[in-house]
Amino acid sequence: MSLTKDQVRRIALLARLKLEESEFDDVVDKLSRIVDFVDQLQAAPTDGVAPMAHPLDQPQRLRPDTVTERIDRDAIQANAPAVKDGFYLVPKVLG
Amino acid sequence: MSAWEPVIGLEIHMQLATVSKIFSGAPTAYGAEPNTQASLLDLGYPGVLPVLNAEAVRMACKFGLAVNATIASRSVFARKNYFYPDLPKGYQISQYELPIVSRGELLILDEDGREKRIGITRAHLEEDAGKSLHAGFDEFTRIDLNRAGTPLLEIVSDPDLRSAKEAVAYMRKIHTLVRYLGISDGNMQEGSFRCDANVSIRPRGQQALGTRTELKNLNSFRFVEKAINFEIARQREVLEDGGTVVQETRLYDADLDETRAMRSKEEANDYRYFPDPDLLPVDIDAAFIHSLRGTLPELPDAKRERFVAQYGIREADAEILTMSRATADYFELTVARSDPRLAANWILGDLSAALNRDGLEIDQSRIAPDQLAGLLARVADNTISGKIAKDVFEAMWAGEGSASEIIEARGLRQITDASAIEAVVDAVIAANPGQAAEYRAGKDKLLGFFVGQVMKDTRGKANPAEVNRILKERLKS
Amino acid sequence: MSEDAGALHVRTVTELARGIREGEFSATELTEALLERIRRFNENLNAFITVTGEQALAAAAAADKARKSGSAPPLNGVPIVHKDLFCTSGVLTTCGSRMLANFVSPYDATVVERLKNAGAVTLGKTNMDEFAMGSSNETSWFGPVTNPWDRSRSPGGSSGGSAAAVAGRLVPAATGTDTGGSIRQPASLTGTVGLKPTYGRVSRHGMVAFASSLDQAGVITRSAEDAATLLRIIAGFDERDSTCLDHPVPDYVAGLGRPLRDLQIGIVRQHFDEGLDPECAARIRESLDVLRDQGASLREVDLPNLALSVPTYYVVAPAECSSNMSRFDGVRFGYRADSPEDLLDLYCRSRGEGFGAEVRRRILTGTYVLSAGYYDAYYLKAQKVRQLINQDFRNAFRDVDVIAGPTAPTPAFALGEKTDDPITMYLNDIYTIGANLAGLPAISLPCGFAGKLPVGLHLVGPHFAEQRILNVAHQYQLLTDWHRACPEGFA
Repeated sequence: MSLTKDQVRRIALLARLKLEESEFDDVVDKLSRIVDFVDQLQAAPTDGVAPMAHPLDQPQRLRPDTVTERIDRDAIQANAPAVKDGFYLVPKVLG
Repeated sequence: MSAWEPVIGLEIHMQLATVSKIFSGAPTAYGAEPNTQASLLDLGYPGVLPVLNAEAVRMACKFGLAVNATIASRSVFARKNYFYPDLPKGYQISQYELPIVSRGELLILDEDGREKRIGITRAHLEEDAGKSLHAGFDEFTRIDLNRAGTPLLEIVSDPDLRSAKEAVAYMRKIHTLVRYLGISDGNMQEGSFRCDANVSIRPRGQQALGTRTELKNLNSFRFVEKAINFEIARQREVLEDGGTVVQETRLYDADLDETRAMRSKEEANDYRYFPDPDLLPVDIDAAFIHSLRGTLPELPDAKRERFVAQYGIREADAEILTMSRATADYFELTVARSDPRLAANWILGDLSAALNRDGLEIDQSRIAPDQLAGLLARVADNTISGKIAKDVFEAMWAGEGSASEIIEARGLRQITDASAIEAVVDAVIAANPGQAAEYRAGKDKLLGFFVGQVMKDTRGKANPAEVNRILKERLKS
Repeated sequence: MSEDAGALHVRTVTELARGIREGEFSATELTEALLERIRRFNENLNAFITVTGEQALAAAAAADKARKSGSAPPLNGVPIVHKDLFCTSGVLTTCGSRMLANFVSPYDATVVERLKNAGAVTLGKTNMDEFAMGSSNETSWFGPVTNPWDRSRSPGGSSGGSAAAVAGRLVPAATGTDTGGSIRQPASLTGTVGLKPTYGRVSRHGMVAFASSLDQAGVITRSAEDAATLLRIIAGFDERDSTCLDHPVPDYVAGLGRPLRDLQIGIVRQHFDEGLDPECAARIRESLDVLRDQGASLREVDLPNLALSVPTYYVVAPAECSSNMSRFDGVRFGYRADSPEDLLDLYCRSRGEGFGAEVRRRILTGTYVLSAGYYDAYYLKAQKVRQLINQDFRNAFRDVDVIAGPTAPTPAFALGEKTDDPITMYLNDIYTIGANLAGLPAISLPCGFAGKLPVGLHLVGPHFAEQRILNVAHQYQLLTDWHRACPEGFA
């Protein structure tokens, strides 16, 4: 099943990935091939089969409610792309 | 009765009062320097994994028990995927198909004072996002991730509410309940208790729901009521003008008292929920629930009913006294040594006023329960009048000592001795022959004048009941 | 430097640990020797992204001191390298990506920590397919890795750098990660041993996530014995990873000696079809004969849903990956686009420029299969098929102890040969993917050559049967020499 350019544009926006116009056709083509490939799954007999989210059949372990982290903000932020006064900076978000 | 019926559902996001975050061991305390409480997990660093806080689970279950809900024996965490700078991983760990709590209920009083059951669809655990600070001098938005990872319980009501007042009543009840349970401090200013409202209207009698809008930024009971009322009126106007209500998110503007469509940040989000593969399903068994049930405190409704039954105070007073556990406890300590109705009056009246005036919580009260009881005992045994007691109260509040000490120090003992009062009464009547004549001629209202005079001469210390009795007696003849 | 069989660079971990312990040579000597080999060979192989020479020599010096004091840990002074997907404190951790080309990790992964505590000396971080997405090590921002056996060919992926470094005798062992075959397939293509433990056996703390329910940390070595030694160190409960199980860790080395007499080996009917290179097929059959000669029994097993394992994987893995990759946004660490116009531009360009084509493709695929209207048909469906595959294995293991077959459908392919069509590349993983979907332990070991190129034998066991598959591999290596073969020019 081929994906349309619009579909790919929408998905790229959801995923926050900028695609160059020059690579667009190639991306649409390759994605369509992948989707075609995985479409094989549709024929599988899965009535009454439970989805397997995990190889483990175990419940979640709970940890005690204690503070265990010693946070050295300045060391962590030494490598950050844009910080000021301890804040991370992004272009101004309106609304 | 309006032709339109409002249909309202509330979504409350409440921070759970754990010491550490829901998935990491970073602290949750409010007010720290930016990003000093954001661990590598909270910052979304690669390779770090979430591990679930046991206390968050216990708190969620306690809430479930308190609202008679079903607690899932198996619940699952899911990822809600979207991009925003205060959401460091690009997804929020929440619960989707299998929440930890579902199908609960809460009783409120509707506008006519009748009990009404409000359904609670679900309550689920999730992590809070950080904070974006837009206001500023430059072209940047600043991001503080201290709050990221704080445990939240999202409580969703059924759309059973039919007015803004009911919505507020429901919200207040939840607010009281969670503070009773000790699972949240309910601090709306600090953002630990946040409310969104889903509002729609439909022609009365119609089953189908109208299009709803979501109201955000409602951070006080007052705003919730105003915003919902504004929105109901707005939707009514739209529909009566022949238009249609647009499904959208609207922000409440407290200054203008109106709701406004949010400037849409980006196109409608597709959250692509799927079970979080870094977390396993949470299993809760009957033994766990049973032991948790044993730790629940007496809940507000039960306490209110008990106060009425045990202490004989009015329902309305009991309602207010039990709004917070601290107040209820204060009341019970006071009542150990004083009359309950008197205690209720004083706590709801003078004590409340003093606390408000000084911006204090009841557990910071400058008068302790047993001290108040001492004052009330002096009123009850007629040592002082109710009026004088107010002065004594203020003196106690100012730290001058106990009720008895102040009464002695200031010589405030009430004059109850009949002969002493008679003497003053006779003197007053003699000094005011004109008014006495008018009174005897039928001007009953003048009794107040004479009472006032007697009180003045005795500097308020004469027992008012005795004064009244003796005055009437003396003026009769 | 002696060029005979006892040369330091051809020895195994076990032999090197003993050599240091017994004072035959010092840790410093050994580290210097290998750093010299890396200097000599890495330009051609491009197996390393970062060489931590200074830190390694300091650690070796410390190891020499520890040895003298008599309180040395088991791997004291033994050099190791880490796939650049593992976080290493104070050292660049790039995941083979421009997105993290400048990322210095503030902490150590559990795997790194445990090996450090065991005395291992880290020589550097190895090259890999970008964010572990690939089967040829051609998607790395830092350029492809070449196969020591034939420099025009791929070493496989995504742990291509680790495999090439071990095969080229630059290091005795390397860590790797395996999500669809990324340890085993490169091991097969480079004539080394590649072990993927049971899901949950080894902590994923500090292992940058690609597909969380499939990823597992493992090792690439030149012997099953070495793999057993290293597994014992890295395996076990870690409270920092909810998916890491509290399951006792046996002494995997002690259990290697069990004879093969009562072993039941399953052969999958569907494996030996026209997709498998005939030379590879022949080598596999010969290796099965070796095992049978030792008393093992062979029988056919059926994995009816095997053909669906690749499409299943290529729904589940991209889905999880699309979400795991969202944290890379240019805000708190990593690559940030220049002069973004607004927030949307910051995100779209940082990610569009920071990620390579294969990573972008998988994120898009994953976003698609999770999106509204498609979730049921793709993601949910794939998780159900995954259950079927899991059941297939469970049924098979009722009758057999291990399942044996080829690791890869062909020997090492030429660089650039498969990069045009993603599906062709994906089909490389057809034999290995099932073990990831079911969370089973699996190992690849050298079992001969197709021409001049190594062929790998693949063994899969039931959950927590690492001991058994290591044992079978070890017994095979007592009878054969394939694991000692060294690529020309690297002796």
